[in-house]
Amino acid sequence: MKIRMRGLALLSAAVVAGTLCGSPAFAQDKEFTIAVSIPAATHGWTGGVVYHAQEAEKQIEAAYPNIDVIVSTASSATAQVSSLEDLSATNELDALVILPFTSEELTGPVEQVASNGTFITVVDRGLTDPSIQDLYVAGDNIAVGANTAKWLVEKLGGKGEIVVLRGIPTVIDDERIQGFKEVIDQSDIKILDMQYANWNQDEAFTLMQDYLAQYPHIDAVWANDDDMLLGVLEAVDQAGREEIKYALGGNGMKQVIEMVKAGDERTPISTPYPPSMIASALYMTAAQFAGQAPMRGSFKLDAPLITPENADQFYFPGSPF
Amino acid sequence: MSSAEIAVLPEREGFKIRWGDLAPFIALAVIVLLGTLINSNFMSANNILNVITRSAFIAIIGVGATFVVATGGLDLSIGSMLAFVVGIMILAMNALVPSLGAWAIPVGALVALVVGSLCGLMNGLIITVGRIEPFIVTLGTMGIFRAFITYMTDGGSLSIDRSLRTAYRPVYFGDLFGIPFPVLITLVIAFLGAFILYRTKYGRRVTAVGSNSDVARFSGVHVGRVRTMAFVIQGFCVAVAAICYVPRLGAATPTTGQLWELQVITAVVIGGTLLRGGKAHIWGTVAGALMLEVIANVMVLSDMVSEYLVAAVQGAIIIIAMLAHRFTSSR
Repeated sequence: MKIRMRGLALLSAAVVAGTLCGSPAFAQDKEFTIAVSIPAATHGWTGGVVYHAQEAEKQIEAAYPNIDVIVSTASSATAQVSSLEDLSATNELDALVILPFTSEELTGPVEQVASNGTFITVVDRGLTDPSIQDLYVAGDNIAVGANTAKWLVEKLGGKGEIVVLRGIPTVIDDERIQGFKEVIDQSDIKILDMQYANWNQDEAFTLMQDYLAQYPHIDAVWANDDDMLLGVLEAVDQAGREEIKYALGGNGMKQVIEMVKAGDERTPISTPYPPSMIASALYMTAAQFAGQAPMRGSFKLDAPLITPENADQFYFPGSPF
Repeated sequence: MSSAEIAVLPEREGFKIRWGDLAPFIALAVIVLLGTLINSNFMSANNILNVITRSAFIAIIGVGATFVVATGGLDLSIGSMLAFVVGIMILAMNALVPSLGAWAIPVGALVALVVGSLCGLMNGLIITVGRIEPFIVTLGTMGIFRAFITYMTDGGSLSIDRSLRTAYRPVYFGDLFGIPFPVLITLVIAFLGAFILYRTKYGRRVTAVGSNSDVARFSGVHVGRVRTMAFVIQGFCVAVAAICYVPRLGAATPTTGQLWELQVITAVVIGGTLLRGGKAHIWGTVAGALMLEVIANVMVLSDMVSEYLVAAVQGAIIIIAMLAHRFTSSR
């Protein structure tokens, strides 16, 4: 709601600047309406998604005066379905950029919107029927796990004992773990334990304390999200466990990128699964309308290692994540 | 007046009730014994200290919740309230650093205590003056506090100033004669709580209101005031927990304290306090908080349970503990 209001304020400012006659000119000036439906900022990563969506909204509306972007956040799958209904009832949508809460529940409602001829861009979580979407933009969760694992195998010389912290039981978590295990299983590295900490700093801290109590020797830790990594590091520091050579995360959280940039020895890398992918998706959708650039297809963001050398490209000091 | 209050106290036959009162401690002992059998690392000093220290948050908040539940109330907002107080405290400390230096920590802690108590006062006044069910009111404030912390953090995380981090860290990680500070703080709060509940006029009124508010009202007890005060105590305890929480990770996120209200209420009930009010057991609550933390710890230390089923086993243990409690106290 708040975001929409801000969007409207921005938009009307642009209209006033352009025509000086207020709302009637609205519809004429804004040829295209792009709605963005994303989860509300309930944890770090989605907080980043909201931030990048808002930034991209400002930039795109400034760059293309004929495009109106409406950002709408929802706190659950049901709320997202309702907000889709509201968006399509109150606006003539030319495009919908959606990061679905869950694949199954949102497939039907998005199909409904698509049946009105709206261009559909799906971000991150795919729908169960991919034929609905015109454009698909996502990160590569399997690569997040696999690239981290490859790096770890190389650094540990193919052997050692590690512990893993899982997130919330979801497809995202499963894919990261799958990618990670596939690589690790080919080496002599042993995964001592693997439990859920729900992408939560507190729970990661607690779980890591328990791991440390149970296993007297651990070579490395992988928390499949940087938020959890911060909890892990606190537990390791408190226990003073020097033998842990590497503690790695993933996602490219601001604080962790700062550590990578500073050349931290225990956390020298991260892998991006950037919330800014919503901005990539929004730009590509805008290009479909404003430019002469056809954008139908699938676009998979790579998950290259973030190292001190390239960390600047992944660092957004203004982002909450 | 005081004789009427004493009359409504649930003073039944001494000997039998004692077994019921001891139940949470017996259950705790059984789980600790199980833990020792399952994994030899369980009894290591480090592990035990970790677990006890961690349980401090739920125990401290639980002391306050014992008051609220004993008056027949319920507070669902405590988890979000903790996050909100933590957020305000971090903002206050960060704002005060330039002018006060390390003194920003005690001042920030004071701010937390005031904010926490006010949050509790707000809950209490809406419930008593507005005459609305505590469940609904605190469900509402739960959403409000949660939204505020999400707003304060922009959905990301809100970190404490780096210069304060090292100075503040010992409050969670430090110890006095080998006893970690959070444990000492828990003991102080529990002693204070037990004193107020069992040794003061206010404490007797709390259980009187909880067991029968009409009788209490006819005996001249200002029921609304007693209930409101219980929520203020709850808010104060939440703030004390917040003061111990911040030095641990040094940050607040929108998931801080999520679902803690359920853990706290579980600890209170396992501890022997009646959910419908009238009977309060402060030390039982502390044992309940320890039990929850020990169960979680044992689950991780044992390799027997699949990571997908951990929550099911935890739930089952809690129900079994309650059944055992009912069994021992009814004979």
